[in-house]
Amino acid sequence: MHLSRPARVALRAVTVVVLAFVYIPLLVVVINSFNPARVAAWPPDGFTVDWWGRAWDNPGARAALWTSVKAAAGATVAALILGTLLSFAVQRHRFFGRETLSLLVVLPIALPGIVTGIALQSAFRFLGVPLSLWTIVVGHATFCIVVVFNNTLARLRRMSRSMEEASMDLGADGLQTFRLVTFPTLRSALLAGALLAFALSFDEIIVTTFTAGAGDQTLPIWIFTNLTRPNQAPVVNVVAVLLVVISVVPIWLAQRLSEGTVRGAGAAAR
Amino acid sequence: MSAQGALRPLSRALWRRPRLKLALLLSAPVGWLVVAYLGSLAVLFASALWSTDSFTGAIVRQPTSDNFTALLRGEVYRAITLRTVALAAGVTLVDVVLAFPVAFFMAKVARGRWRPLLLAAVLTPLWASYLVKAYAWRVMVGAGGVLDWALAPIGLHGPGFGLTAVWLVLSYLWLPYMILPIFAGLDRLPDSLLEASSDLGAHAWRTFRSVILPLTMPAVVAGSIFTFSLTLGDFVAVNIVGGKTQMIGNVIYANVGAANNLPFAAALACVPVVIMLVYLLAARRAGALESL
Repeated sequence: MHLSRPARVALRAVTVVVLAFVYIPLLVVVINSFNPARVAAWPPDGFTVDWWGRAWDNPGARAALWTSVKAAAGATVAALILGTLLSFAVQRHRFFGRETLSLLVVLPIALPGIVTGIALQSAFRFLGVPLSLWTIVVGHATFCIVVVFNNTLARLRRMSRSMEEASMDLGADGLQTFRLVTFPTLRSALLAGALLAFALSFDEIIVTTFTAGAGDQTLPIWIFTNLTRPNQAPVVNVVAVLLVVISVVPIWLAQRLSEGTVRGAGAAAR
Repeated sequence: MSAQGALRPLSRALWRRPRLKLALLLSAPVGWLVVAYLGSLAVLFASALWSTDSFTGAIVRQPTSDNFTALLRGEVYRAITLRTVALAAGVTLVDVVLAFPVAFFMAKVARGRWRPLLLAAVLTPLWASYLVKAYAWRVMVGAGGVLDWALAPIGLHGPGFGLTAVWLVLSYLWLPYMILPIFAGLDRLPDSLLEASSDLGAHAWRTFRSVILPLTMPAVVAGSIFTFSLTLGDFVAVNIVGGKTQMIGNVIYANVGAANNLPFAAALACVPVVIMLVYLLAARRAGALESL
């Protein structure tokens, strides 16, 4: 499109300003994790790595990190199994309710997270299930299924059935074909889905708030309960930086694995 | 090899009975999504009709419309609902205004290697922890924070904790959800249409109003589904930068936690669900669901 020079310059300027608006707050958290002041004073009047050491030694943060890893690992495994089974069923079979099921898998991320959260909590209370690490895993797996499902489905659509037919013609049975032909083709899509599910679960807070037991703090919950405590503020900054890194790196890896076709950009919408 | 030999009959049986295979594939995911997830939603809506014993705090499972009566009669809840919906509209407006130029620049002006770089720059913060992004703004808008410091030379100060801060922070948090669909919509728009418009004598503003905006409206509506739904349910960002501001999300959260009145929280949760269902139906009529 032919735009005048001032219009182009203006558009570029607005883009730069908006991107700065997006990145400056995150940068401030990173800088503050090296800020020697105990209360978040701005601008910082020095540089220290002291808080990083304190965060490392903080028993609460450590326990929360471990809980988060366990919850994310559990949710990833469950989502991987359920999402893969569902994608095979939807891609390779025709059955009643197929469209509805593809919609239903998106529902946990389409509805506000608070609705999913209290729905699960009501159900757990109704059934008399005590809240624990397991109920966190159930909640997280519910909204992680969709990212595995989308990635696997996209790969299955691109995959040619003739490879599997050739394998069967050469005498392999269904399981051998799956092990030697289907699975290797799917492997990177499954890994990408798993990484996305892990990242999604790792920094989730809203559903977790309603499904976590009193003794189970994930890292986001730990930050949420500690950010108003003045003496914890510097350590919270460090943990926050850690949380961003742990959630962005798997996404970046997943993007590379699936050559930029990662599905579920809307998946973070909860 | 013997294990494989033993599995071969199973493999054959599945091949011969595709319906059995389908049933095996579907049982676990359907069990989870339909029984566990939809079941939970059903319990939620049912419990909106229950009540709590005011002495013991135990849930009384007897249908009553008390919660909804309290909700509809209560002046406070009406005000909170209106405030939340107005905020959702305000956040959506800010995001459309900010997202349009950025998406347009990405789709129609940037060339070559800049496009994927810009796309990555918009996508990455989408995945960075939501909580940390909200927390970052606590440092930005708080007293003596970055905004106070940056605005001091021109004699202004930051908004402090309150409704304005919530508006700012939620607009910030959901901005990528608006940029991406608008970018996709503009990317699909053929350049030839814009050229035709300018050949017919329309200047940039007229082209925007008569060609670009009508054709990207479904994308804008798709983005607004995210900004609306996310704002209606939020309580974390509101807690972090909102000061004493009350939103639907906070009131639900307070009723589940401190007030221990799950039935009333369930009734309150119906408010965002109903608003979103109406919104989704309207969006479908506008043909925006395909742009999601």
